[in-house]
Amino acid sequence: MTQKNTAEQTVKFYQTGTFTVGNRLLDEEFRTVQATEERSNSIDSGHRACQGCGQALGARYALDTAMRVTNNKIIAANATGCLEVFTTPYPETAWSIPWVHSLFGNVASVASGIAATLKAKGDSETRVIAQGGDGGTTDIGFACLSGLFDRNDDVLYICYDNGGYMNTGVQRSSATPGGARTATTMPVGEHPGSSFNTGKFLPAIAMAHEIPYVATASVHDLHDLERKVEKAMSFRGARYIQINVPCPLGWGSLPAHTIKLARMGVESGLVPLFEAEYGELTQSTKIRYQIPVEDYLKAQRRFAHVLKPANVAQLETIRALAEKNIKRYALL
Amino acid sequence: MTVQHKPFAITLDVGSSHLNKTGSWRSMRPVYVDRLPPCNKACPSGENIQGWLSLAEEKDYQGAWRLLTRDNPFPAVMGRVCYHPCENTCNRGQLDVPVGINSVERFIGEQGLTHNWQFHAGEDTGKKVMVIGAGPAGLAAAYHLRRLGHQVTIFDAAEKPGGMMRYGIPKYRLPREKLNAEIYRIEQMGVTLVLNHAIDNIERSQQEGNFDAVVVAIGAQKSTHIDFSGQSSIPILDALSVLRAIEMEKRNPLIGRVVVYGGGNSAMDVARTAIRMGAQDVTVISRQEEAHMSAHPFEIKEALEEGAQLLCLRAITEINGQVITLERLKTSEEHHSGHSHGVATGELETISADVVVLAIGQVLNDDCLSATPKIVVKNHTIEVNNMMQTGQDGIFAIGDAVPSQRSVTTALGHGKKVARAIHAWLNGKTYQPAPQNEVVTLDKMEPWYYSDAPRTVQPHLESMRRKNGFAEVLGDLDQDHATYEARRCMSCGNCFECDNCYGICPDNAITKLGSGKGFEFKYDYCKGCGMCEAECPCGAIAMVTEDI
Repeated sequence: MTQKNTAEQTVKFYQTGTFTVGNRLLDEEFRTVQATEERSNSIDSGHRACQGCGQALGARYALDTAMRVTNNKIIAANATGCLEVFTTPYPETAWSIPWVHSLFGNVASVASGIAATLKAKGDSETRVIAQGGDGGTTDIGFACLSGLFDRNDDVLYICYDNGGYMNTGVQRSSATPGGARTATTMPVGEHPGSSFNTGKFLPAIAMAHEIPYVATASVHDLHDLERKVEKAMSFRGARYIQINVPCPLGWGSLPAHTIKLARMGVESGLVPLFEAEYGELTQSTKIRYQIPVEDYLKAQRRFAHVLKPANVAQLETIRALAEKNIKRYALL
Repeated sequence: MTVQHKPFAITLDVGSSHLNKTGSWRSMRPVYVDRLPPCNKACPSGENIQGWLSLAEEKDYQGAWRLLTRDNPFPAVMGRVCYHPCENTCNRGQLDVPVGINSVERFIGEQGLTHNWQFHAGEDTGKKVMVIGAGPAGLAAAYHLRRLGHQVTIFDAAEKPGGMMRYGIPKYRLPREKLNAEIYRIEQMGVTLVLNHAIDNIERSQQEGNFDAVVVAIGAQKSTHIDFSGQSSIPILDALSVLRAIEMEKRNPLIGRVVVYGGGNSAMDVARTAIRMGAQDVTVISRQEEAHMSAHPFEIKEALEEGAQLLCLRAITEINGQVITLERLKTSEEHHSGHSHGVATGELETISADVVVLAIGQVLNDDCLSATPKIVVKNHTIEVNNMMQTGQDGIFAIGDAVPSQRSVTTALGHGKKVARAIHAWLNGKTYQPAPQNEVVTLDKMEPWYYSDAPRTVQPHLESMRRKNGFAEVLGDLDQDHATYEARRCMSCGNCFECDNCYGICPDNAITKLGSGKGFEFKYDYCKGCGMCEAECPCGAIAMVTEDI
């Protein structure tokens, strides 16, 4: 699955570039995992995610890539959250991979335990993935995750970040963006929506642990996402990938706009895509066509109040955040 | 299977989520559609441009040629002389620059000539059709009729076939070996060409030859003339006879100071030909300002590059001896039928000339129609119904002779249409054109997925090298560049198997059927979120309401 660029293949990119999932003009080996008929479909049809769920998509993207890279040798632990709830209402399961459900807060530790067991058994081929939503990662599971990073256990932790506790009714998490309306941060009073200058940006915290690999990805750019998962699997030790997954229910957006919103988040500068190795920023994914943050906010009901004239200060704060990201992560 | 083994309150067996048919959630269903790309819609010959570009992208040049020539038998010619309205409507033009469709068409046409690909006649129907005029309309009609299996004989008064393609379009735009080769290919299908044979009585010729139907494709051969006041001592010629004389290598009338009167493409053809024939200087006089001249901007630009002078907003009022008096005009705000008309200012100026060429239009020469009173001529064109049939049953008329846009491409389109109409008529039916699909506009597409790819520039002869001969101005694309250019096509409205829908469905509710076979929705699981429609780059998916 390495992206080779022979002269012949370069010519073939022009119609759609590398941005679509596949391309009939490309040799199979140059297409994404998702373009193949043989993809694992780690999460299969019949799951009960809402229409247009970004998380269902992000999880299939990431796990199918990991399956391809490891020759189908992965075990996934899963924190409580949307992903667990919508895939495994008893007695059905949408998982076609070895999968274990943990508590809300201890998925990092469960994954560490599986990795330790594999080590004890002398199995160096089977790899471990821990996954959770932003609530289970940045709030409830934070201590266990930090411990995993600290011990540098051989686990890839994937956080599907939709900015809130969506499955329990859209409550604020410490990853909810400033200004966003949630059930617990209603757009009322002097400071409507989620407060600014609080919360956690976990990729930066992961980098501070100086683990081998940290990356952010987005469901709109599959090539970038698959490349990052593949890269993560090339390291041993603790790795962290945070995937931005729009949530139509929690964000107040159209199900059809999930990928569009993911794209707009990145292109507005509010969702920086980058990679870091051993605590150092190594690469950022450039914005292809920059858009104003308003365009991104406008498409989501959770930010409706931000666009009212009375809340122009909030809009300015969000704009400044985008500018800071663009500068900090060299996104242009 | 017994219920008692199941845990409390559980009625289902443990198993895959496949048992959960989430398709029942849906109120809208996605369907794959073919929408009409704007290039196809704009093509007067009705080419399936997106279709043949798609084959060219795969380097299946013969496939592309076969698909292209289903509608247009002259790819190497049209790849040179078509004014490509397709490119003006190309959706890519809203992103960067339109796809160079014309240059790829030319490449495909050249492939056809290089490899000597041939057309095939249809199964013989025993019907005979007479075509009058071997111009683009007549030749196209003959080609399409032959494909449908009819016997075709073309009569033309000239000594060589091609009509305006030969006697109107100069060699620097259309080398004659290309034209000859593509006409010869039509003859090879079994079309009979009778040259140097003017028809003066259509019905009599039809009866003598036992023809079941007739196509009148006689063009607009009579030049419009103006009688200027004054005592002129210089020749006043018309564009058509000048170009014809040059083509037939007769005495060159374009000597000394040449003044061309007119603002259309014929005026540019004459001016650029005069430069090549060694005229001392060449001046084009146009009643319109440059922006409103009917000549294509590139023709004006190239003529100026080659050294022609352009005097706009002027009218010739009289010619005395060698002195031409011009009156300056000013732009009128009123627009009449798309043209702006200059308003006289009374300001006069003079220039001297050795020859004046009028390029102010041509009309139908209806001499051959007088014996057939049922063919009605109105406003210098033959009246036809929407099936191109004249007032005389079985006699059809097409091309410049009927009301039309008067381009080679339009003539070719007429040729195709009349062939289908005649085919139906010969079988006692009325031709029903297939309904057109909805046109796909950029708002139905997701252009983010298309990477930036600047247009390929065709090799272009330096102006210094153009002036002293009839070498072709525009060059060919090589294979790499033609492939690149074809791949700039966004395949508007037609699936190009980018796998986006298959990849982005959160419910894995799409089956990939394999290369060339497309995709299929699994409606058992599709929740109808509409993401596939929103993210289809080319707009080949539509959401339709479910009947619930």
